[in-house]
Amino acid sequence: MARMKFLCDAERCIECNACVTACKNEHEVPWGINRRRVVTIDDGIPGEKSISVACMHCTDAPCQAVCPVDCFYTTDDGVVLHDKDICIGCGYCFYACPFGAPQYPQEGAFGARGKMDKCTFCAGGPEEDNSAEEVEKYGRNRLAEGKLPLCAEMCSTKALIAGDGDIVADLFRSRVVRRGGRPDNWGWATAYKD
Amino acid sequence: MSATAAMNNRKKTSLWAMLIIVLAILILPLTGYLYVSMTDQPAADEQTNPRSDTWRQVRENQEGYSAVKGQETNELIQGAGQNWRQLRNGPIATYGAWLLSGVLVILAAFYLWRGEIKLTHPRTGKTVQRWTLNERRLHWTTATLFILLAITGLSLLYGRFALIPLLGYPGFSAYATAAKWIHNVLGPVFMVALFIILIKWFKNNLFTKVDIEWFKAFGGMVGDKHPSAGKFNGGEKAWFWTLATAGVALCFSGLVLDFPNFGQEREVIIGAHLIHILTAMLLMAFSLGHIYIGTLGTEGALEGMTTGHVDVAWAEQHHDLWLKEVEEQQQNTPQ
Ligand code: HEM
Ligand code: SF4
Ligand code: SF4
Repeated sequence: MARMKFLCDAERCIECNACVTACKNEHEVPWGINRRRVVTIDDGIPGEKSISVACMHCTDAPCQAVCPVDCFYTTDDGVVLHDKDICIGCGYCFYACPFGAPQYPQEGAFGARGKMDKCTFCAGGPEEDNSAEEVEKYGRNRLAEGKLPLCAEMCSTKALIAGDGDIVADLFRSRVVRRGGRPDNWGWATAYKD
Repeated sequence: MSATAAMNNRKKTSLWAMLIIVLAILILPLTGYLYVSMTDQPAADEQTNPRSDTWRQVRENQEGYSAVKGQETNELIQGAGQNWRQLRNGPIATYGAWLLSGVLVILAAFYLWRGEIKLTHPRTGKTVQRWTLNERRLHWTTATLFILLAITGLSLLYGRFALIPLLGYPGFSAYATAAKWIHNVLGPVFMVALFIILIKWFKNNLFTKVDIEWFKAFGGMVGDKHPSAGKFNGGEKAWFWTLATAGVALCFSGLVLDFPNFGQEREVIIGAHLIHILTAMLLMAFSLGHIYIGTLGTEGALEGMTTGHVDVAWAEQHHDLWLKEVEEQQQNTPQ
């Protein structure tokens, strides 16, 4: 089985936010929620770098560890998914997540949180693949159709790559060998132990 | 003491009480920063190569720019969450469970060894008023809220391990939704009740020399001596001051968790959460002792808080100085 990973090549990312938009459109993500975002360090200063970030689908995921109702599960592909029917919107996964991935629709007074929403690696949720309920709650399930996440597919500079971790790593390594410099596979040390 | 001097004194003590509480309001929420500055040590990397500078900034969680607006969306990696996970799921959950069950075991063992502390003199049939109706209402309101908060709070911490096997995932999820809602709504109500108690009983709870003797004699829990005490004995005062410190910290850290609409950062929330569980554990452990002494542990103690009156024999044994005060007062007020 593949171990799915995301990688964003900061030497290539041009902060066009196409990945953010593609994701939002593909999954009909609710107003106010973005499953992916691009962060620019030293914005406007020579040497600025941008990185596109969403849920990294961590090994031994922190979100999973702190969830009081234990609603996360990791698929055979290493994708971290959750069950919105079980989630109580406590916010703990957002506190624990290193990447700030979990998002909440506001529900009720004083910022009370609704059910958590996050990147699914385009792999839906526990419902039947691409059933109406799954699409409604989690968006499309592209993995079930043999496709990779749309954000990476759409990336014009191929900065954002998604797929089997070994293939992603090989691709990135060959780029670094050709262009020189250090292999800054951002976030991997934090997210992946396998 | 003349009447006006006593009035002045009372004013002064309530002023002090207000001042301490206001200070606590201002200072306690800031302790989150202390936790963050302790756990968020940046890597000691002194290079000036521009590219490695970028990566260092990323590691140090420096804020960047993001077109996606929202809570802390301009940060790439936040490290405090991992520490929080380790602390909460590890030592706090483990030692918390040991603390609470340890206290229960000790109380059970104490009960088997010492039994109920009986009245040393037979009941006189004469009673004195110990708590007014309002005081009793206040006590039982706060106590009920405390117990509800403790049960719902503990459900969030231990329910995954203790209740999911019993209720199943959907069942526990439904219960946890209710528990969370109850906890979040009753928390601030509890806070109001607690503050009224702290202000109302403040002046009776200042430690005096009498309390030192009380503690030396283990409050009469061990041995046959019955140390003197005023309206509140040394142990009750210790409970009062635990509530006035840890209890106040519990309430304010709870407020930080309760109102995410102010957009407080994750690191502040995490610090508040740790303070919240630690103080909650301390108070729950202490409350078990308080409940034991007030019910099983002492003959005649519970009726004070249920009926408002205690037998003179009980008052003489447990709160002699207070009884004297009450009797003097009764003699001085013409009937
Ligand atoms: C006797 C008093 C209280 C006890 C024993 C208590 C205990 C707890 C515990 C054990 C947790 C769960 C921690 C975890 O899951 O890791 C918790 C969470 C929480 N407590 Fe309390 N608490 C008390 C009072 C309060 C008060 C006074 C407030 C508010 C003013 C409050 C607000 C909260 C909030 C908002 C949470 C987070 C719940 C969530 O979002 O899921 N608590 N409390
Ligand atoms: S990135 Fe965050 S939400 Fe995604 S698996 Fe890791 S901890 Fe969980
Ligand atoms: S918000 Fe939902 S998914 Fe996240 S920890 Fe709480 S219950 Fe679990």
